[in-house]
Amino acid sequence: MFGCGIYGFITRKNMIAILISLELMLNAVDINFAVFNRFLFPGQMEGMFFSLFAIGLAAAETALAIAIVINVYRAARNVDIRQLTKMKF
Amino acid sequence: MDYSQFLYMPQELGLLIVFLFVFLFDTFLPKRYQSSLPVLTSVLFGIFTLCNYFMLSRGVAFNGMFENTAATFMIKVILNIGVLIVLIQSIKWANSEDMAVRRGEFYELLLLTVLGMYLMISARHFLLFVIGLETASLPLAALVAFHKKRYESHEAAAKYMFTAVFSSAIFLMGLSFVYGLYGSLYFNDIAYQVMNNTSAMLVVALAFVIAGIGFKLSLVPFHLWTADVYQGAPTPVTSYLSVISKGAAAFAFMVVLVQVFGAAYSKVWEWMLYAIIVLTITLGNLFAIRQRNIKRFLAFSSISQAGYIMLGVIGGNELGLASLMFYVLVYIFSNLAAFGVAFAIEQQSGKVSIDDYNGLYKTNPWLSFTMMLAMFSLAGIPPFAGFFSKFFIFASALECGETSIYILVLIALINTIISLYYYLLVVKAMFISPDECSIARFRSSCGERVAMIVCTFGVILTGIVSCIYTFLVEAAKDGMSMFGLLN
Repeated sequence: MFGCGIYGFITRKNMIAILISLELMLNAVDINFAVFNRFLFPGQMEGMFFSLFAIGLAAAETALAIAIVINVYRAARNVDIRQLTKMKF
Repeated sequence: MDYSQFLYMPQELGLLIVFLFVFLFDTFLPKRYQSSLPVLTSVLFGIFTLCNYFMLSRGVAFNGMFENTAATFMIKVILNIGVLIVLIQSIKWANSEDMAVRRGEFYELLLLTVLGMYLMISARHFLLFVIGLETASLPLAALVAFHKKRYESHEAAAKYMFTAVFSSAIFLMGLSFVYGLYGSLYFNDIAYQVMNNTSAMLVVALAFVIAGIGFKLSLVPFHLWTADVYQGAPTPVTSYLSVISKGAAAFAFMVVLVQVFGAAYSKVWEWMLYAIIVLTITLGNLFAIRQRNIKRFLAFSSISQAGYIMLGVIGGNELGLASLMFYVLVYIFSNLAAFGVAFAIEQQSGKVSIDDYNGLYKTNPWLSFTMMLAMFSLAGIPPFAGFFSKFFIFASALECGETSIYILVLIALINTIISLYYYLLVVKAMFISPDECSIARFRSSCGERVAMIVCTFGVILTGIVSCIYTFLVEAAKDGMSMFGLLN
């Protein structure tokens, strides 16, 4: 799932699709924490808590990213990542 | 729960109080007093910075999740000074016409990121660390997008946001592997277990962790966002990004690598960091040579400076920590001076290209003098502070006495000479170039002038007043003694 996310992040051209790929990566992390906690260290809850917090962080990140994408759309009238090339080295 | 634990975090509480004051002022102050908000915030933060010196409290709170040592205290004070300079610098900008609606938000978001950095610095548990890291980096994306009418600002914000989320996802992935290996997220527990057990999984986990933080620090394979974001963001935000958030991230990076994974040093992360440092310093320098935009130029120079800061980490000892803090302090002064000049000129004339600086000396001698000092300090020319910070950081790296490190320091030294070339190009443009200057003579605003004067004195004095460094070494010893794992 994490690999899918990275692949999507690199290959997608639409900013919303990139955002979805990022979401995939973050969810992979959550599942990873939960699974490690459940199977390797069943006596404690640290991993579960961490994934709860990670979900919260992911939500905040997505909200902000969507806002920025909307701003870009207003300014440039599209959400294609290939068009964001005004500044280059 | 014992609420007296909160007294162990006086700096965070103080910052929260400042934040609440600013928030309340912003919300309830009548319209006609609104324009006093920037000055008010600067004064409040200034008082807080002064009080900060008396807030040293050492101790552990929340079951060891949060810890204050003399080292964390010192780095917070250093960051405070930097934030104060940025605040003073941006007074006039924040009072300008099109900022009127969003003035309060700028200060609130800025102060929140500082709080995040404090948490990140003092964290002794990865949960708190991650929360601090995100609090420090997410509001910055909003700040980068602050120029609502400029397209570049949005583009920069999009780039910053995607790389920030991507890097934190990678970082979290690394953490989940660490958790899977050791079953705990407390720094102490992990550090203890790393000593007994290093597996191949740890290499993967550490690669992820280093990549994640490397994005925040703009180390070389992960640096591509830097120049674009620096160029597109409003200049006060750029200077904040390049100095404060980089300083905080560098300190946190050192804590994570040396104190948590210190026992796996030679087996796992030494060669990773080695490669990163060589690449960062060299590529940062080479790309800086071909930049014509002053903000992009400073971006690449800050990339290579980040490489030098990492030399303190690879030393991995008390001197490394002390010289890292000293480097951050000097870097704050010299980079903020450079950004201050660039900002004043941009405010006045809208010029951002180095070619426009030709003959600046004839029209604005004081500005070009400040810029020259900043460039000399960044390049590391002896009487200025930059020389001493580079010297200490090289010395601390040489402390461990391995041949490979000697070669590394040699590469860094050669790069210092390359960097001299492009820093002096700016100085040459300002002083020697015969062209008529396109920037008219002007008086910079009061806030900008105060900030530049403070920076200039900082650049000259921090190098000469040697007690600062001795003081930092003492603090670093205290910071390291808590763990006593390495050395």
